[in-house]
Amino acid sequence: MKNSAYIETREWLAAQRWLLPVLILTGFGLAFAIPEYGLLNKYVQLVIMYVGINIILATSLNLVNGYMGEFSLAHAGFMAVGAYTSALLTMKVLPVADYPGLFPLAVLAGGLVAAVFGLIVAVPSFKTRGDYLALITLAFLMIVKSLIENIDAIGGPRGIPGIRKLTTLPWVFFWVVMSIWVIRNFVYSKYGRGVLSVREDEIASDLMSVNTRRVKFLAFMLSSFFAGIAGGLFAHVLQFISPRVFDIIKSTDILIMVYLGGIASLGGSILGATVYTVLLELLRPSNFAALVSWLPDALFEPLNQYFIQHLGVWRMVIMPLALVLVMIFWPRGIMGLREFRWFIPKRDLDAHQHHTEHESRHDASHRQ
Amino acid sequence: MTLLTASKVKHYFGGLCAVSEFNLELQAGELMGVIGPNGAGKTTIFNLITGVYRASEGSIQFKGTELVGKTPHQITALRIGRTFQNIRLFRDLSVLDNVRIAHYAQSDYSPLEALLQIGRYRREEQRIIENSRRLLAIFHLEAMVGETAKNLPYGLQRRLEIARALAIGPELLLLDEPAAGMNPNEIDLLMEFIQWIRKEFNLTILLIEHQMKLVMGICERLKVLDFGETIADGTPEQIQNNPKVLEAYLGRGQSDEWGGRRFGRYPAGCARSGGHLRWHQGVARGFLLGRQR
Ligand SMILES: Nc1ncnc2c1ncn2[C@@H]1O[C@H](COP(=O)(O)OP(=O)(O)O)[C@@H](O)[C@H]1O
Ligand SMILES: [Mg+2]
Repeated sequence: MKNSAYIETREWLAAQRWLLPVLILTGFGLAFAIPEYGLLNKYVQLVIMYVGINIILATSLNLVNGYMGEFSLAHAGFMAVGAYTSALLTMKVLPVADYPGLFPLAVLAGGLVAAVFGLIVAVPSFKTRGDYLALITLAFLMIVKSLIENIDAIGGPRGIPGIRKLTTLPWVFFWVVMSIWVIRNFVYSKYGRGVLSVREDEIASDLMSVNTRRVKFLAFMLSSFFAGIAGGLFAHVLQFISPRVFDIIKSTDILIMVYLGGIASLGGSILGATVYTVLLELLRPSNFAALVSWLPDALFEPLNQYFIQHLGVWRMVIMPLALVLVMIFWPRGIMGLREFRWFIPKRDLDAHQHHTEHESRHDASHRQ
Repeated sequence: MTLLTASKVKHYFGGLCAVSEFNLELQAGELMGVIGPNGAGKTTIFNLITGVYRASEGSIQFKGTELVGKTPHQITALRIGRTFQNIRLFRDLSVLDNVRIAHYAQSDYSPLEALLQIGRYRREEQRIIENSRRLLAIFHLEAMVGETAKNLPYGLQRRLEIARALAIGPELLLLDEPAAGMNPNEIDLLMEFIQWIRKEFNLTILLIEHQMKLVMGICERLKVLDFGETIADGTPEQIQNNPKVLEAYLGRGQSDEWGGRRFGRYPAGCARSGGHLRWHQGVARGFLLGRQR
């Protein structure tokens, strides 16, 4: 009984599609109100911004790793390109001190330059798939990192300190909505279905008239564009970037969010990014210590000495292990190939609903 | 009008000559069969026509356009649809998406229109859905639009594959062993069905078969391949009485299909040709509904 009530509520909620725009508007309202009236403390605001940035990273990586079925490790590299481009623009080119309104232009430019770098991975993907392409994306990440390290004009291995804190909650929220909306539109278009068919069977896809190169190219460009956007936002929260920030660990983090949430699901990426970012924060020594402070001293002290104080190192063990465990025991992630129905265009829902109606009619005529 | 011409097409896999000196002239509206034992090079010919492989030598033209050197999607967009010997559906996608994907070349909107939901995007998507649903209804698959393709029974998967090939809007349809895995009863229904779609969709059909019964029954002209060579060409009657074919197959006697027994079992089967359609009497419908006759 409880189960059917739950299903009924869920179905009812799924049908209230008008709620989505209302929620988005409310979100915008809150994004302005929270910093304005100090509704949440600065640390929580910061975590919310990281959640938002990670949602952008996860949804955009999902395009390649989930919808297209490739395994890209390059995402932190595209993020770096966006971060450096926008940071250099706000520090050296654009007079953002006088005109803060120029900041979104810098972020946009970071996304566009990252999209151009996306070509470097898209072109090999025309000929290569699977493990080999994964290696190429890894090589790309390493090349970007060592390029940055070797260009002194952009700080080399020391990075760029003193970036202005220009990223605000409303801007993060704006880009989160944009990335989800645009990627959703792509996925439910002929190009997105082309990407899905490439994942299923590339030759058959080509033989069904899909321009496979074009759809791969679009998927990589779009994916790296939003990684670049996220990089720009990130640089202007953290206020300091260096090649080390965008290493393989960053890529792994994003991978975990995607697989934890569920591949080929935007709802999954939102959930995966949120859960993972919050977990990551809880694993900070001070937060974790506060979390387990109720333990008796006999337990707390050794835990503190051997684990909590070294969480920075433990993290490198725990998180990759989490990725492996999720991929083995929970390969479909939280959403398990499903999608928030509010995200699915009405046209697609109707097309599938027709089917259930028809079936029940069919059943009825059988029973007679 | 000649729709498809192949002249002196050769194809090698390494040292193996899979197709040698293949010539073909297919008239618009014709239904032609290509037969031959396993490994004769039949599927390779389809792959050469559709651009999966690039012919080592020779030329293939569709309505005067050279196909050799074009990519599969360019060739398919010229309205050449095909099915596969081993079903190659997009297994994890819905029945509807399988058919919608095949509308790629015919739908006309740019990536930017898609990303921002502007311009022709909505109208075209609506059109794709309507056309897909229309096709699926014709094939009695409309009750399963949301079903994942791999969950369909084998027979329905074959049917969906044909529906998907028709979503290309083809003038030329290439069917690769459509009767594979069917019993004689189902093959009868399939024959009627092929005749029906041919008329309904105005198709020219090139059909590969392994099963003699099917090709003898419906094809107007046959080509016989063996080890990549065309050993005979003509009407089913001519083929049946062709001493070269008889020698090649009756003399060999190693397999059921080609050992002569089966081959000789349908001497008068060709009388079925002529395309008498009995859709309305429910014969082709029988195939669609999977009903036993
Ligand atoms: N991709 C390939 N690489 C190498 N040899 C192939 C390939 N495809 C087919 N062949 C060979 O070419 C010959 C013709 O194969 P095929 O066209 O599939 O035969 P059929 O469809 O008539 O059974 C066979 O000897 C087969 O082994
Ligand atoms: Mg074959």
